[in-house]
Amino acid sequence: MNIEKIISEANIHAVMHDPGAARLVIDLNKVMDKNAVPGLEVFPEEHSEGVNVKIILRKDTIVEKPVHLCFGVSHQTAVQKINMDVTIETGAKIDIIAHCIFPDSKDVQHIMDAVIRLGEGARYSYFEKHIHNPMGGIQVYPKARIFVGKSARFKTDFELIRGRVGIIDIDYEIECEDNSSLEMTAKVSGKADDVIKIRETGLLKGRSSRGVLNSRVAVRDFAVAHIYNKLTATAPYARGHVDCKEIIQDNASASAIPIVEVKHPKAHITHEAAIGSVDNKQLETLMARGLTEDQAVELIIDGLLA
Amino acid sequence: MAILELRDLSLTLGGRRILDNLTADFWEGHVHAVVGPNGAGKSTLASTIMGLGGYRDYSGDIIFEGQSLKDLSIDERARLGVTLAWQEPARFEGISVRDFLRATAKDKSEQSVRDVLDAVGMKPDEYLSRAVDKTLSGGERKKIELASILAMRPKFVMLDEPDSGIDVASLQRIFDALAAFKNIGSTVIMITHSLTVLKHAEHAFLMCCGKIVEKGNIDKMQVFFEQNCIPCDHKNRPDVMAR
Ligand SMILES: Nc1ncnc2c1ncn2[C@@H]1O[C@H](COP(=O)(O)OP(=O)(O)O)[C@@H](O)[C@H]1O
Ligand SMILES: [Mg+2]
Repeated sequence: MNIEKIISEANIHAVMHDPGAARLVIDLNKVMDKNAVPGLEVFPEEHSEGVNVKIILRKDTIVEKPVHLCFGVSHQTAVQKINMDVTIETGAKIDIIAHCIFPDSKDVQHIMDAVIRLGEGARYSYFEKHIHNPMGGIQVYPKARIFVGKSARFKTDFELIRGRVGIIDIDYEIECEDNSSLEMTAKVSGKADDVIKIRETGLLKGRSSRGVLNSRVAVRDFAVAHIYNKLTATAPYARGHVDCKEIIQDNASASAIPIVEVKHPKAHITHEAAIGSVDNKQLETLMARGLTEDQAVELIIDGLLA
Repeated sequence: MAILELRDLSLTLGGRRILDNLTADFWEGHVHAVVGPNGAGKSTLASTIMGLGGYRDYSGDIIFEGQSLKDLSIDERARLGVTLAWQEPARFEGISVRDFLRATAKDKSEQSVRDVLDAVGMKPDEYLSRAVDKTLSGGERKKIELASILAMRPKFVMLDEPDSGIDVASLQRIFDALAAFKNIGSTVIMITHSLTVLKHAEHAFLMCCGKIVEKGNIDKMQVFFEQNCIPCDHKNRPDVMAR
């Protein structure tokens, strides 16, 4: 059965047999496995092209073990639409690890539409790891609208460094209330004719809200990357930082547009963007220790995406 | 016996002769110093021996163990056993101290990686998992640089200004590392304008305006350096002196 392949690629065997670990495993539009824990409600609803998933974490529930979500497509040709509606109620806390796995894709589209709401003082961390095959043949469209309530903390890490990207087009929009914080990091490595688009917009509208947008991208061959990060602060003592680093090799190309917008005299946002080939001093240092140029470049890029 | 020989080595950069007809022998297994005021050409000499980009178009020759380095790339020179510790070490985002040391170590075992950190006075448990990035101080970076060089067991090490940017205690660790280099039979070149560093060498070459103007044992060189170079006798003007 193909689902085995997905589970083994995600390396979540242990989780699959742990009654205390919440999980949801989906292959295309079929729910293959589901386990919830007290206070966490998961309602998956299958439809012709995917699954609608409603997740509610009840007030003050602390989920101890990370929750595993696995969105796979074992088929070669398919469109998978996942609609997520997530509510984390006041004071609740959850860590989610999501694997998106496409082991045999030839022409697969994965469309993720998420709405995430964090209540007052809630904590939410979401680590999304994509495991693609080496042939490409995949288009990924993750889209999310996120609302971070007062004093809540939202953190997301997105990683696509194994296999071919194909096309990825990330679009996240996020709003932060008083004293809340947001931290988004995306790490993507592209090769051949991969196309990477990242669009992240954060609005720090709450007093003393905090936001950091990080992007780390490496592209080679003919791959292209476009990063658009925008952070707006409209409230006093809001603080933010936009940080984008891209390493390009061969005929690859990259652009970065960090936009910082400050609409309150007591808010402060900084940005940093560096695009270029591998840093020469780093390269020469490693070569002076005996690594070949290729080995040195690999180590430096592994570090960037670590 | 000389492990590395400079033969009429000259280098012109931006229309100026920065290395001017250098001839010198560096004896195997010894600790040498190359002293001289700022701008004398010491770092340029190290970059040229290492074969760094922009420093390869020299005349004359550099002979290492009887072989000309002329057409060899940086990594080919390194694999022969020649290496350089930069005055300002590079920083590497996302690479742990462990991975950094392991990448270039001859012996990649955990024990050997711990040993080289110990040798420069750094606690392995405190540092192995940290990144070699801007969260380390300049002194810490310099010691990790030395540890990585110890781990590659080089035959010929150039240390550019080993004392710059570090405190007295760390400086002692760096001098300790000299003993470790001697133990494994490495030849060491310390580039410096500091008398403290000079005292830890066995022989010294004095560079000024791209030339080697004097050489000899440390006592002699210390006196010469103090009398003629602090302050500099002739303002170290390469445009005038290096003709
Ligand atoms: N790439 C370069 N182009 C032109 N001049 C250079 C270059 N690199 C170094 N120099 C000059 O060469 C001289 C020697 O520099 P350097 O070797 O760094 O001196 P030291 O290390 O002895 O202080 C200086 O005058 C410096 O400005
Ligand atoms: Mg110098």
